[in-house]
Amino acid sequence: MKTLVSRREILKGGLAVGAGLTVGFTLPRRGRAQTQGVFAPNQWLRIDRDGVVTITNSVPEMGQGSLTTTPMIIADELDAKLDNVKVEQAPANPALYKNPVTGSQSYGGSRGVRDHLDLWRKAAASAREMLKQAAANEWGVPVESVETEEGAVIHRPTGRRLQYGQLVDKAQALPVPQNPKLKTPDQFKYIGKAVKRRDTPDKVTGRGIYGIDVQVPGMLVGSIERCPVFGGKVQSFDASATKAIKGVKDVVQVSNGVAVVADNFWTAVQGRRALKVTWDEGPTAQVSSALITREYEAASKQPGQVARNDGDAEKVLAGGGKVYEAVYQVPFLEHACMEPMNATAQVSRDSCVIWAPTQNPGGTQATAARITGLPPEKVIVNTTLLGGGFGRRGEIDFIVDAVETAKAVGAPVKVVWTREDDITHGFYRPATYNVFRAALGANGMPEAWSTRVVGPGIQIQKGRAQAGTIDPAAVEAVRNMPYDIPNLRIEWNNKDLGIPLGFWRSVGPSQNGFIIESFIDELAHAAGKDPFEYRRALLGKSPRHKAILELVAKRGNWGAPMPAGQGRGIAVVFSYGSYAATVAEVAVAPDGAVKVNKLVCGIDAGIAVNPDAVRAQMEGGAVYALTAAFYGQITIDRGRVQQSNFNDYQMLRINEMPMVDVQILDSGEAPGGLGEPGVPTVAPAVTNAIFAATGKRIRKLPIDRNDLKRA
Amino acid sequence: MISFTVNGKQRQVDVPPEMPLLWVIRESLNLTGTKYGCGIAVCGACTVHVDGAAVRSCVTPASAVAGRKVTTIEGLSERGDHPVQRAWTEVDVPQCGYCQSGQIMSAAALLARKPAPTDADIDDGMSGNICRCGTYQRIRAAVNRAAAIKKGGA
Repeated sequence: MKTLVSRREILKGGLAVGAGLTVGFTLPRRGRAQTQGVFAPNQWLRIDRDGVVTITNSVPEMGQGSLTTTPMIIADELDAKLDNVKVEQAPANPALYKNPVTGSQSYGGSRGVRDHLDLWRKAAASAREMLKQAAANEWGVPVESVETEEGAVIHRPTGRRLQYGQLVDKAQALPVPQNPKLKTPDQFKYIGKAVKRRDTPDKVTGRGIYGIDVQVPGMLVGSIERCPVFGGKVQSFDASATKAIKGVKDVVQVSNGVAVVADNFWTAVQGRRALKVTWDEGPTAQVSSALITREYEAASKQPGQVARNDGDAEKVLAGGGKVYEAVYQVPFLEHACMEPMNATAQVSRDSCVIWAPTQNPGGTQATAARITGLPPEKVIVNTTLLGGGFGRRGEIDFIVDAVETAKAVGAPVKVVWTREDDITHGFYRPATYNVFRAALGANGMPEAWSTRVVGPGIQIQKGRAQAGTIDPAAVEAVRNMPYDIPNLRIEWNNKDLGIPLGFWRSVGPSQNGFIIESFIDELAHAAGKDPFEYRRALLGKSPRHKAILELVAKRGNWGAPMPAGQGRGIAVVFSYGSYAATVAEVAVAPDGAVKVNKLVCGIDAGIAVNPDAVRAQMEGGAVYALTAAFYGQITIDRGRVQQSNFNDYQMLRINEMPMVDVQILDSGEAPGGLGEPGVPTVAPAVTNAIFAATGKRIRKLPIDRNDLKRA
Repeated sequence: MISFTVNGKQRQVDVPPEMPLLWVIRESLNLTGTKYGCGIAVCGACTVHVDGAAVRSCVTPASAVAGRKVTTIEGLSERGDHPVQRAWTEVDVPQCGYCQSGQIMSAAALLARKPAPTDADIDDGMSGNICRCGTYQRIRAAVNRAAAIKKGGA
């Protein structure tokens, strides 16, 4: 709390929004009262008289390394010593800390570095220019004759030197440069170098504080009994047995169910078990996976909305030549963050304080303001470490739980979900059903290609895209598939049976990468051509796809012979501003068991700010994808999720971990994302490798080893 | 009252005997480094040592540790410099980090049992711990590194 107060004082003192010079780069108005002894040219950094640089990181730390990468970028352009830099997590304050591209203080879509790199560099460069000017004024020399070095301004001709801390008061009085000169890449000290994570020491000693670890004086712990059916409501409940349990403090009805509030979590869960709730299950109680598949299948026979139409694919396909057809299906998936959903709230008449592991501090603030009736600025949001995000923690349902419960009981409450709550009340990656048809020309290359995607739209369900339009997430990585095919038709049929949808690490491309990269592989084999060369020949208009594909093929010894029962597969997908490709090596046993021996994962994210963090994200993305490919499946029965915990919604474990060889292609292009782009290529590379090993094509995920039995 | 030793200190807690050790550690003793992941002993996030052996505290009743020695991540070393912690830091294993207390406790127990583990030993000893961020490749490297540090080859 202490750091929070001091940060707020500083914000009050001098960092209020002023005239922005570029998008999202807000500066203090000159002449406003400033905090004494602190140089704070903008909301991203401040320097005190001791020379300590404090950087505000607006991107929640969910494992991607933002607590390390953000200060690297700012310290580099500021020419500060990275060891002398402190980092704070930004408060919820969209006016200051909104993402400059999306306009909201919510983080998903692999937007940390790619949306902020220029902004942060500019913010730091302008501070550096002010420090240089302050020193030049002090020495009475032209500013052009001074330079900076590790937290100091120096004047080489005279050997004079002033530490940044010594320049704080003078710099603070100067105008903020509107167009600071940025370093050239050869001047980078940290950007592009592997830097150790700053959060590792806390994470190897148990000191790191996640949302679930938050302790507030007088705090109670709540757990919410939820309707097993999506969209169901409490009809009535009997809490008499619950209230008889020692340690249970209160039982209150909230939007998402019945909250049992107790001295501790375990008692709250015992209280839930003793509750008698009658639910109004609502219409989703009629929905099951079998029904969803039937509805998808029926919809797949109806024309969809046309997302792309080059040439006339239908005419070619109806031309009497051979038509290659395939249906690809993928299931609903849950994020399964290791830290179950939770949040802590303290609500009083004139303020609300929240501690939450959230990807969405802005949405958290707005939600709490709506529930409490307080103005947003009276809602303080403390973003803790996140025990996994993957898109799940951009939702605000767990914030609603905490704020409503705390408000109802009149005490600070931490609401914690069980793992079962987490698996059964998620926001799921959509299940889809996809029909492919293609015709090949005389040279074996695709002459016509048609894909009809059937499934629900995340953006439409959430009200962020208009009903009746094409949901951008549903067709991402299909509509913009890179292959040069003269007659190409992409359709989408919206079929939403009411299962709550969410943004799951890599979203649309998580399934669309699989289906496109599988079907192109089918066509390559049908044409009797090498799948790598086939793709390559179709990537004439997509040089960055081609370059990363060639890199992994080379590194992955594409074409080298393999023993019987083993195979290599390849895939390439663009997502979130980055180009990724994978070569997978698999071995398939006679009983159908698949072992992935090796993955070569290539990534062109333009620039790799912290190459070791890039490798970590690619390794992690591969595991996320392999888990989905081999295990991931949420099924529905009578409106209920049938899986409940890690015993029946399994995760890849270390004994199944292949060797992952990450190859970074530094193309020098604009920065792309990294959290998500590592996911989409892995499943198709593996299933294409399985085809190479066995001749069996996997068209439905997760992979069923029974389909691969040779005995 | 149940009394047992936690990280070298004698502690007494007034909790129902069936209350899982995990919640005693986290909520009665405020040692929050040990994490809740599944509650059914399949993810390993709650791993602690009881008399030196790795156990899943989420399914261990408080009564079962009466009179025994419990070590949590906070007590693995005084300065965070247990060979496993040093190796984890060198390799930069954690991403979100939530599972890492459990991973480290499992690895420390493994190395106490097998100071020079083979790859198969590592897979065996560590496959009870899920990491959703997918740090397994680095965990393998770090366990090997920790074994080397322990052996004195630092």
